[in-house]
Amino acid sequence: MIQTENLTKVYQMGDAEVRALDGASFNVDKGEMIAIMGPSGSGKSTLMSIIGCLDAPTSGKYILDGLSVENMSETELAEVRGRKIGFVFQQFNLLARTSALENVMLPLTYAGFSGKDRNDRALKALDRVGLGKRTHHTPSELSGGQQQRVAIARALVNEPAIILADEPTGALDSKTGVEIMELFQSLHRDNGQTVILVTHDAYVARHTDRIIKLSDGKIVSDEVNKNPIKAGTKREEE
Amino acid sequence: MLFSENFKIAIRALRANKLRSILTMLGIVIGVATVVALLSIGKGVTANITSSIQSNGSNLLTVSPGRQQTGPGGGGSQQASYLYYADYQLLQRSLKDDIAAIVPSYQSSYLVDHGNDSFTVNVTGTTKDYQKTNSYEVAEGRFISDGDNKAESRVAVLGAETAKDLFGGLTAVGKTISIKGVKFEVVGVLEAKGSSGFGGSSDDAVFIPLETGYGKLFGSNATYNDKKIVNSISVSVASTEAMDNVSAQIEFLIRRAHKLTSSDELDFNVLSQSDLLSTLTSVTQTLTIFLGAIAGISLLVGGIGIMNIMLVSVTERTKEIGLRKAVGATKNQILTQFLIETVTLSLLGGIIGILLGVGLALLVTLSGAFTAVITA
Repeated sequence: MIQTENLTKVYQMGDAEVRALDGASFNVDKGEMIAIMGPSGSGKSTLMSIIGCLDAPTSGKYILDGLSVENMSETELAEVRGRKIGFVFQQFNLLARTSALENVMLPLTYAGFSGKDRNDRALKALDRVGLGKRTHHTPSELSGGQQQRVAIARALVNEPAIILADEPTGALDSKTGVEIMELFQSLHRDNGQTVILVTHDAYVARHTDRIIKLSDGKIVSDEVNKNPIKAGTKREEE
Repeated sequence: MLFSENFKIAIRALRANKLRSILTMLGIVIGVATVVALLSIGKGVTANITSSIQSNGSNLLTVSPGRQQTGPGGGGSQQASYLYYADYQLLQRSLKDDIAAIVPSYQSSYLVDHGNDSFTVNVTGTTKDYQKTNSYEVAEGRFISDGDNKAESRVAVLGAETAKDLFGGLTAVGKTISIKGVKFEVVGVLEAKGSSGFGGSSDDAVFIPLETGYGKLFGSNATYNDKKIVNSISVSVASTEAMDNVSAQIEFLIRRAHKLTSSDELDFNVLSQSDLLSTLTSVTQTLTIFLGAIAGISLLVGGIGIMNIMLVSVTERTKEIGLRKAVGATKNQILTQFLIETVTLSLLGGIIGILLGVGLALLVTLSGAFTAVITA
């Protein structure tokens, strides 16, 4: 699903070069659920924007779902984002004063869907995240957990190759966070959805099958997590 | 993605932020409304003045005493100059073609009273045709006749305003008024004509036969070197084409009568209504442009307001822009969305502004101060 080779991103800060990403290589297979971990400043965010096609690497190779992404134009990248990637953010990033249904329809609109087709797909996605009865509520009328569900429905609605979630539980209380992790695991287990979680929370990371750790722009470990925590079971103390 | 979808997105974004949208529009609304209102009021004032001048008859030449103003330095001693009754008689004798009427008049202010009421009113000594050249209608009775002048009868015709002042709503015809102590019989009352546009009302006036005035009222004020003087001579020309020709003839005749050589400056003016009209029109046009410029500045400020809000909203909405990019919007689609939002606000603000401005102009018209003219 994802193949990267020597991804490097260099920022020029005045005279100094900052190597935010320094030769990261890894593969993600279809249907995997992985976590990318690392402290702040480790290159996590940079890696995420490159995987999410929001930013191009300075050098290196990136193949997403069979498409070579690194030389695409901005317009092509926008289309790839719209069709292949579903984003989930820490702060939900829903459009204010806009109904859940319309928020979910947004990617479909940019992808060129319209009318009944768009409506049906959005309703289906909301149903999948358990909000089939709250389609006309605006974000301010929904709880944090429900808002994140709307955001996940929005990420799902284009049937993307990967879902890219940046600290999806960071703004939620632990109980609601567990519910959201449960939802991700169910999407992974039941629908074979490829999910990449970016987090600094080791507990959240341990819900996935594989954990990649970053430090100073380099991958320092890439290990399979043999016993992923099943969300909803009691949290064990370390 | 279709343009119509992008349009819907922009409208949705505007609707989701109603207060911001309304405040942004307000600047344009006020700007456009003031432009429309001020320009239409300016146009109305111009039309008002034009029509009041034209109501005096547009083929009218007015001969009045006085040197033509020369520029600074060209002065010398300003001699008093006069037009004489003899000049009128000369014109009457000599001008034959294309003349509808020649009317002399002498004006002065006198205390006019009836019973216990007294007012200072402009008393005009004139002839029968004055009514025609100045477009007065008789409401009651009659105007001054040739017979009145010949017989030096002590008769007076009152303007609408003066009649109201002196007699209230009662019949004035047949009553007696006294002008500077001299008794006159009221033989007619005129219809109200409205403001002349130069301040002062043309309805606040008393008209008497000119000959009666010389004989019984004006006294030595109306003579110079034992010659009877007039304030002005109005010449009503039969057709507009003949105006220039008649004007030249008048100049020639009076120049000769006043014994001026060809190198002397004229000591009288021949002014046509169209000269007056063009002077006043240029004044009111300048005024309209000035008002329009002020309104234009407020429109500019409104436009800058929209620019400002859109700029702030782009920085403020980076999150929204980021999200839209993340879900597949291209740079162009986002630019288009913001453009559509701006254009919609400006357009809507403009339309509301035009309606408001037209409403304001109508309100001014209804209030009766001016008639506002709205042009497309």
